[in-house]
Amino acid sequence: MSLIVNTITKSFTNFAALHEVSFEARPREFIALLGPSGSGKTTLLRLLAGLDTPDSGSITFEGEDFLRLNARDRRIGMVFQSYALFRHMTVADNIAFGLNVRAAKERPSKAEIKAKVESLLDLVQLQDFGKRYPSQLSGGQRQRVALARALAISPRLLLLDEPFGALDALVRKDLRRWLRRIHDETGVTTVFVTHDQEEALDLADRVVVLKDGEIEQIGEPLELYRQPKTAFVFDFLGHANQAQGMLSGGSAQFDGFSVPAVSSAADGQITARFRPFESHVSKTGPGFPGKVLSILPAGSNLRLEVGLSDGIVYETQHAHDSEAATLRIGDDVVVLPTKVYAFG
Amino acid sequence: MRSRPAETPKTVAGFGLTASAILWMDLIIVLPLAVVLTEAFKGGLAPYLAALDDPDTIAAIQLTLLVAAISVPLNAVFGIGSAWCITRFEFKGKGLLLTILDLPFTISPVICGLVWILLFGTQGWFGGWLRDHDVKIVFALPGMVLATVLVTLPFVARELIPLMTDQGTDEEVAAVTLGARGWDVFFRVTLPNIKWALLYGVLLCTARAMGEFGAVSVVSGHIRGLTNTLPLQIEILYNQYETIAAFACASILTGLAIVTLILKTVLEWRFAGELAAHRRH
Amino acid sequence: MTASSPPARAPVPTGFKPPRTNLHTTRVLPGFKSSLSLTITYLSLIVLIPLAALVARPWEHGLQGFLFVLTDSRVIASLKLTFGVAAAAAILNLFVGLVVAWVLTRYSFPGRRLLDALVDLPFALPTAVAGIALCTLYAPSGWIGALLAPLGIKIAYTPLGILVALVFVGLPFVVRSVQPVLAEFDAEVEEAAQTLGASPLQTAVRVIFPSLAPALLSGFSLALARAVGEYGSVIFIAGNMPYVSEITPLLIVIKLQEFDYAGAASVALIMLGLSFLVLIGLNAVQLWLSRQGGRS
Repeated sequence: MSLIVNTITKSFTNFAALHEVSFEARPREFIALLGPSGSGKTTLLRLLAGLDTPDSGSITFEGEDFLRLNARDRRIGMVFQSYALFRHMTVADNIAFGLNVRAAKERPSKAEIKAKVESLLDLVQLQDFGKRYPSQLSGGQRQRVALARALAISPRLLLLDEPFGALDALVRKDLRRWLRRIHDETGVTTVFVTHDQEEALDLADRVVVLKDGEIEQIGEPLELYRQPKTAFVFDFLGHANQAQGMLSGGSAQFDGFSVPAVSSAADGQITARFRPFESHVSKTGPGFPGKVLSILPAGSNLRLEVGLSDGIVYETQHAHDSEAATLRIGDDVVVLPTKVYAFG
Repeated sequence: MRSRPAETPKTVAGFGLTASAILWMDLIIVLPLAVVLTEAFKGGLAPYLAALDDPDTIAAIQLTLLVAAISVPLNAVFGIGSAWCITRFEFKGKGLLLTILDLPFTISPVICGLVWILLFGTQGWFGGWLRDHDVKIVFALPGMVLATVLVTLPFVARELIPLMTDQGTDEEVAAVTLGARGWDVFFRVTLPNIKWALLYGVLLCTARAMGEFGAVSVVSGHIRGLTNTLPLQIEILYNQYETIAAFACASILTGLAIVTLILKTVLEWRFAGELAAHRRH
Repeated sequence: MTASSPPARAPVPTGFKPPRTNLHTTRVLPGFKSSLSLTITYLSLIVLIPLAALVARPWEHGLQGFLFVLTDSRVIASLKLTFGVAAAAAILNLFVGLVVAWVLTRYSFPGRRLLDALVDLPFALPTAVAGIALCTLYAPSGWIGALLAPLGIKIAYTPLGILVALVFVGLPFVVRSVQPVLAEFDAEVEEAAQTLGASPLQTAVRVIFPSLAPALLSGFSLALARAVGEYGSVIFIAGNMPYVSEITPLLIVIKLQEFDYAGAASVALIMLGLSFLVLIGLNAVQLWLSRQGGRS
């Protein structure tokens, strides 16, 4: 009883294409479609919503063939990137719209609709805003109205297109927590599109990483982080330092030292990647020699940039009480990764 | 981006430009308006009222209203329909459709009348058939309506298309995902968003429909009391040197034009955001 | 055409038919077919079929009949007059319209709103009313005509009268094309010119006017198109002397009154063809201008 997307292919002139995309969303699951622009994530969302039709493949939901239903019969709640609020209607009327347009015999009574709107306004914490118009709301408030409107039809599936794209950083973080809470309260299966890896990893139960219309990897956030399957996923999920080395027997050999490697590549010449926080910086010992270019605070960490002799710059992160804290700009140091990744 | 605010003219050049603009507008626009009123009331109120009390003039007023009452709704429905299909869907040949839609703006009103004679006149394509079946189109109401419809065809569509393009389809698509059907989408979401632009287009269309001269003149046959609209009645009266009567009729149409301008200005001022940004007349 | 086997791909589930159109977007919104058929039917009935009748009619007496009309000196004189005076009026309006638009956007003075609203009067005022009003005003006995008569200037019943009528009719096109562009002109660009040492006149001529060129040209085209076809406001003031002050639309009406349908259609088709040629040419210039604008 879940959403099953099977080998969907779609070619397009003005949207990104998709090639044999398959994934599954289990009931109550919170799925992120993550990818850079042009990866096809929005196209995929539009196909789920019924706003476009695939060239081939199937989409089923709770055993039902979704492709035979048009957008208005799928009963999905869609939150658009622009929110698409009805500008001439009050917040309350916006939320009630999906109920008001039902055929007379399926439509709840006026009192029921009113009660439903009240409870949704409560849920999105806009109790006193029912009589306002969209133009009188802030971006974050509009976003919440759009969500309440989508939830009003008791959707079987909730789809969100870049839900935080148009908001500033502070509101973003706030709404993220809040969206997660709403999801946990309502339990509706949710798929959302984002290009922000932090957002995807922070919110989703599982993340589908897309690139050029194909799926790179599907997995839980930690799994993606610890076991990225491709270089693209590794690079996309966070800053990646690169070094050339030789792989043999599970460790990577560099100039005079070796480091344990997580690898899908065959033994031989590799491009090794490592994260800023999976490295040590010290004045002496094995590692890549370089000069400290900058030292900046990055939240609970210190962020260093170390310039190597060949012009490469490594970014590293360390605790405030580590050896790195004693360094100054211009110091000669060595960067030693604690773990590197290599991809076949 | 910030644009420059208007300020009171301070330099000689500023005064000169302002004065010459006002002078020119007086010569070309204000004085003709004044002439209509002074000529109409040259003999005082009594001759003015007497001139309007003429049965032919009253018939002309009635016919003018009737022609507009038929033509404007037709073009309003067409305007909404064409704006819907042009702004809400992608299809081949859209550019061609837009070009054809704009044609009446570039075709002489006289030609807009002539084409109906060529179709339905005695020597026209369908002239023989019409005569055999005793149907009158040209030199009768249907012909005048057709000529008016052709001349005023783009007005409503041209108001709606830029606005609906600007507004995009997001709201309507959202309505569909919320379960709205066919006309529900239009009446609940689209119409409330375009109502002022629609009214604006209808206003311009009506003004032109009531004032149209060339096209209607060609197809009317100038039958007094039967196929004369108010603009045609003005021509006849003027050519017969019944100056007061001619300008009395003209004063009615001038009043109409001024009311149109006032409504238009009010609409533009009050609902600027809900009218199309770029306007072509 | 041979039926080659389709490339291997995932099995298509039963019940799903790929869309039949080659346009890849699904039409989510309702009413495509009905609104498109309404539009096409209406345009065909009201615009295309009548125009087809116009295009078909002139050949009644063969090509010779058409050429006879085309080479008729009275027709040629009327075309020269119509296009010539229309072009003169449009050019005059280019300057006047620019000044009026400039004053309306740059200066605030008592009565500005009224003046702004009055710009649209030629749109709203029926042409017949404009015609008799202008004629009365500029006739030798009229308010302005009487002032000019002692100087030996005659306006009404001469080609100059036609010019006055066409200037009246065309003014709003230029003003309303230029005004929004002027109103939205970025003040910082202008200020930048000033900080670089440009005088107000230099700023206007070198910085502002060039960016107005596309709007001016589009206003010019609209005013010209309208002026060429204008009938109502012209015939009263023109005098309508053949070879001197007889405009082409009037010639069409005259031929029609003589029941010379083919002749009327011929003149109309020639006039229409010429105005399309002019408009296409102006469009090409417009396109070139916008490319220039896009490059800088």
